[in-house]
Amino acid sequence: MISSLSTFVAANAEIVITVVKIILLLFIVLTVNAYLTWFERKVVAHMQSRWGPHRVGPHGLLQPLADGVKFLFKEDPTPAGADKFVYYLAPLLALALALTSIALIPFGPDPIRLFGHDIYLGIAPPDINIGILALFAITAMGVYGVALAGWSSNSKYPLLGGLRSSAQMISYELALTMSVVGVLLMAGSFNLKRIIEAQAGPGLFGWHGIFGWNIWPQLLGFFCFFVAAVAETNRVPFDLPEAESELVAGFHTEYASFKFAMFFIAEYTSMITVSCLCSIMFFGGWLSPFPASWTLTHYLPSAILIPFGVWVIFDGMRYETVFGRIILPGVGTAIAGLGTIFVLLPNVNQFIQGPFWLLSKILVFLFVYVWMRGTLPRFRYDQLMAFGWKLLLPLSIVNVIATSFVILARMTWGPK
Amino acid sequence: MTAPIVVFFVLAALAVIGAVSLILQKHPIHSALSLIVVMVALAGLYLLLGAEFVAAVQIIVYGGAIMVLFVFVIMLLNAGVEEHISVSKMAGAPGLLLVVALAGVVAATIAQSSESVQIVPQTGEISSTLGISNMIFREFVYPFELTSFLILVAVLGATVLAQREKS
Amino acid sequence: MVPTNYYVILSAILFGLGVFAFIFKRNIITIFMSIELMLNAVNLAFVAFSQALGKLDGQVFVLFVIVVAAAEAAVGLGIIILIARNRQTLNVERVDLLKL
Repeated sequence: MISSLSTFVAANAEIVITVVKIILLLFIVLTVNAYLTWFERKVVAHMQSRWGPHRVGPHGLLQPLADGVKFLFKEDPTPAGADKFVYYLAPLLALALALTSIALIPFGPDPIRLFGHDIYLGIAPPDINIGILALFAITAMGVYGVALAGWSSNSKYPLLGGLRSSAQMISYELALTMSVVGVLLMAGSFNLKRIIEAQAGPGLFGWHGIFGWNIWPQLLGFFCFFVAAVAETNRVPFDLPEAESELVAGFHTEYASFKFAMFFIAEYTSMITVSCLCSIMFFGGWLSPFPASWTLTHYLPSAILIPFGVWVIFDGMRYETVFGRIILPGVGTAIAGLGTIFVLLPNVNQFIQGPFWLLSKILVFLFVYVWMRGTLPRFRYDQLMAFGWKLLLPLSIVNVIATSFVILARMTWGPK
Repeated sequence: MTAPIVVFFVLAALAVIGAVSLILQKHPIHSALSLIVVMVALAGLYLLLGAEFVAAVQIIVYGGAIMVLFVFVIMLLNAGVEEHISVSKMAGAPGLLLVVALAGVVAATIAQSSESVQIVPQTGEISSTLGISNMIFREFVYPFELTSFLILVAVLGATVLAQREKS
Repeated sequence: MVPTNYYVILSAILFGLGVFAFIFKRNIITIFMSIELMLNAVNLAFVAFSQALGKLDGQVFVLFVIVVAAAEAAVGLGIIILIARNRQTLNVERVDLLKL
């Protein structure tokens, strides 16, 4: 039995590797989602001079677990007269599309060499010719989750919220795709890996590192992309369709417990995808902000992880619960141990540089998302639509024209 | 049974099931969802044929814009289940037979002529996006500009049509 | 390598199903959707032959067909909305007289 299993695995190695990667990434993404809700509640609370969740476990770290249990055990009513098939399909569609978009993102340049197979970080093969276009295709299909949810609930407020939200998503989708064209013109490919590699060369003033990133030539494009992406994911300040004081709760009014959790997870996962895209296209992806010649900066991951791990150990000791006394110091030791491993093994350190920088940039963008949630008031619906069509779309078109002119000028009169 | 043929049959079955479901469903929203399934299956088939740019455009434009338009109109007009007006059963059966005969004759003609289309082996490594963009902006530049004109006309027409009467 | 005939036969089947839906369905929106189905079947044939002949003309044609279908859908649905407003029905069998 074991031998037949091992021969099966050896014969279809690629498929088995992909399935294992999918399960792993699913688990990681769902955990990150859960702790992203914790992060959001803590940060918004601290911005409002209050504590946020701090009772359920040290620093409120078990709050997502409590929320998950609540979602599982809450009653799940279906509104009368709702179209059953579409009502159940809408959250499934939203969740499936949001999770599929994570599968297309490469998290690191180098593969792991295991059992004679190259395992790349990221589920999709690293050289998809249409990387960005496939991501936009998945984003374009995301409108259905919202529109069908609003319509199938057989109720006024969800219908209005669903129609408004899907109209908003379609309008900002245009600005989203146009604002990326500048980056694509500079990189010459839809391939995400090549977009990152195009930012590795010398940039502003001929310096390397952070000055080679796309943010400097494409500042306008980044502004258009980020604003359009925030509107696309229905986050503040564009969250009128799902705001509590406006249309009750918008398109997900009639959804409770697990189906609402699916919409929730879909929204946070699309936040993560947008942060990944921003970092990859405008901020260098897995490239370090320091030039490659500054080899001392390769120890930065360890320099951050080891003190953080030690702090977690000592912080856990303050509490008297099981989670505080045993699990937190365990996690802290694991983090500090990881940091020391990176110092001791140079090729592991080399491998971990790319994912470390990408993950830090993603965290920075997630913080900006949450920061906007805590700070900005929301747009009124007509202001929102006017902003998308009359300001953002013309700006992104201007960006495309300007970028094309500069590239053409360089090709004609620049250095040969 | 090599992998491409299995994938082809799975996607083809999905497309045909979607099309049959379009016919059999009573509520137009379910027909719209079936048509979306057909679009996605066809995009998969385009990927199998190596036309990756066309597959992405199919999903973005057809699946993400045109079908959304259909779904919006169905929601706005509150289209309900189709009324059951009695259709003469005598006309239905010969009609079905004739359609099957139409498709069957076309399919049989094609299946017989399996030798006339020689598959040219792919020699170049030009990606389809690069090749298509070269063709659009060189040989097909006039149709390309004319389609932009066409879209402008369509946008203006749809805006004028959807206005309420100023009574 | 899947033979080109398979794709063209599938295209013929989808086209036949589109014709069937066009003739036998009564809701105007469903009839419109069957037109889109027929256009898609033709697109599949174009791309299949483009791959068989090794040239990219077929794929460029498909792009133009998609664009024209989008324009047609926009204007057609506008007309459908107007008809629904004037006649208060979406059943084509009730919209068979010029007189309201």
